[in-house]
Amino acid sequence: MAKAAKQTKPKTSKSATPDAEEWLTMYEQMVRIRSFEERVNLLYTSAKMPGLAHLYIGEEAIAVGVCSVLNAEDYITSTHRGHGHCIAKGADVDIMFAELLGKAAGYCKGKGGSMHIADQANGNLGANAIVGGSAGIAVGAAFSAQRLGNGRVAVCFFGEGAMGQGFLAETMNLAQLWKLPVIFVCENNMYNEYTHFSETTAGNPADRARALGMHTEEQDGQDIRVVYETALTAVERARRGEGPAFLMFHTYRYHGHHVGDINREYYRSKEEERDWVENRDPLALFADWLLAKKLTDRSVLDGIEAEVKEEVERGAQFALDAPYPDPSEVSTNVYA
Amino acid sequence: MSTLSAEKTGVRVLTMGEAIREALAEELRRDPTVFVMGEDVAEAGTAFKVLLGLVDEFGPERVIDSPISEPGITGLGVGAAMTGMRPVIDIMFGDFITLTMDQMVNQAAKIHYMSGGKLKVPMVLRTTMGASRRSAAQHSQSLHAWFSHVPGLKVVVPSTPYDAKGLLKTAIRDDNPVAFFEDKMMYQLKGEVPEEEYTIPFGVADIKRPGTDITIVATSSMVQVSLAAAEMLAEIGIEAEVVDPRTTFPLDKEAIIESAKKTSRAIVVDEGYERYGVTAEIASVIADGAFYYLDAPVKRIGAMDVPIPFSPALEDLTVPTADTVVETAKALCGRN
Repeated sequence: MAKAAKQTKPKTSKSATPDAEEWLTMYEQMVRIRSFEERVNLLYTSAKMPGLAHLYIGEEAIAVGVCSVLNAEDYITSTHRGHGHCIAKGADVDIMFAELLGKAAGYCKGKGGSMHIADQANGNLGANAIVGGSAGIAVGAAFSAQRLGNGRVAVCFFGEGAMGQGFLAETMNLAQLWKLPVIFVCENNMYNEYTHFSETTAGNPADRARALGMHTEEQDGQDIRVVYETALTAVERARRGEGPAFLMFHTYRYHGHHVGDINREYYRSKEEERDWVENRDPLALFADWLLAKKLTDRSVLDGIEAEVKEEVERGAQFALDAPYPDPSEVSTNVYA
Repeated sequence: MSTLSAEKTGVRVLTMGEAIREALAEELRRDPTVFVMGEDVAEAGTAFKVLLGLVDEFGPERVIDSPISEPGITGLGVGAAMTGMRPVIDIMFGDFITLTMDQMVNQAAKIHYMSGGKLKVPMVLRTTMGASRRSAAQHSQSLHAWFSHVPGLKVVVPSTPYDAKGLLKTAIRDDNPVAFFEDKMMYQLKGEVPEEEYTIPFGVADIKRPGTDITIVATSSMVQVSLAAAEMLAEIGIEAEVVDPRTTFPLDKEAIIESAKKTSRAIVVDEGYERYGVTAEIASVIADGAFYYLDAPVKRIGAMDVPIPFSPALEDLTVPTADTVVETAKALCGRN
């Protein structure tokens, strides 16, 4: 199949070498994700939040690194562990908290909850509770971007557990076949829910993309500079019409599969957890680099943290005080 | 079907296949965001040749041959629909909708609601239904009840070329995911189709034959079977009214109930499996809305609850026939 007939609009491309201010914006976004999630954990454990929450803490560099190379109108699809992607793509924490608590002020009027937040204004086509289930949406969004010639790209976030889903392989085939501008971002945190990926996955997941002839990279997901650079290359290729990419980032989720997954020594050791937290923390690594390069000083970083913490606290309080949806909402939005 | 009288203008006789092709051609011409995607839809014009010639006018950019990848192309359709296009996804045999289930049921049907009305999925899944082609158990089922069961989806089951054309145009213009089931034994069925543009709204039943003694609610190919039965019944003085809902969701409950009230007896005929099927839903509607008007219990006639067999001697036993409908009607009218 040939390319779209229409001309691709030129897009302002993101800098290959971000300046201090741009790096600090990324740092702030990572802090925002972590702070938001810590507050989510508190809401959940104090029984103020219904349902489930799957925390992203430990993986912040991937969402922020990737989304920082995107424009607001570019698309993402997300996963059940989606808060980080949502914030990184520009969502406000107060409206997110409201959604998590099932309040009318939430992004989806409280009808989606933690696992289904969509934020169309920022190009977020939605978190998805079906592992691998959003790959078609991302590929379809890339298809329409190519056909409409609007220069957008789509990023499909998923975990390594999705490599077990045939659907993902099908959509990767379509994307590569038709050179669609979609980036498959595999966040390999090593655990398919409660099972180590080596027990579920044959071979190296990245090899499957290579076998399709897809641009493939396998990188450290804890270093935002690496993530940013890798994503930028992939996105620029896609915008030039050179087709999709598969990026596998190695990372680690500090918490369990979900907030209630506390006793997890049967599937991973405390030593392993401690090693990642103490030696591979994406925020600490980023802060150390910013300080070493004298791009900022400690007081600036402390200031960012204090401000974000306050914003998150205000957001949580807003959501706690917000009203639930009117009962009449239960049967609206079934059909457009 | 009735033949054309010479003095009528602007009305031609088309086959159902031609009417469907014409609907697609008109919508492809009218709206540049419409595209058709499926296995062998372009030069081959699908296994049933319904789309022959479309690719010549609209090109492989808009009539797109896909890999054999039902979940993949359905998922792509969902994403493309969410981002500005109007996909018509062709699934060659209705049996293969099993492969599209996650994308149709968990994605397409849910996205509008889960997003609190922010996102829409204006997509059509065109597929076939019906037995009697000696194709055996994996190519003969009528699974439209499955999609009818799911809030968020609309389901169309046309029975004439006129209806097929008008309903397909409505389906493409609808902002919701619509499943459009064509009986593969009906593609050669002829009927009058006006030259001028028209659409048919969803949820409006059509009285295919007026009558006073018994109501036969029938769908898709069972409308033709029931019309044949009605002719046979007329010969023995029973005037059957044949009501065609045309869409199983939305369902025109009012028209069905009104007819049952008028005739006091009702049979529901549908080619889906009888158990838990469309017939059960419609029988329940009649029992609920016309109970005190009924002179007899509502009877259901569906496909036998067995996998459809290959042998002609066996396959013919599984599908409702005009004789079955006549015998059931006679029994209900006390004429045995």
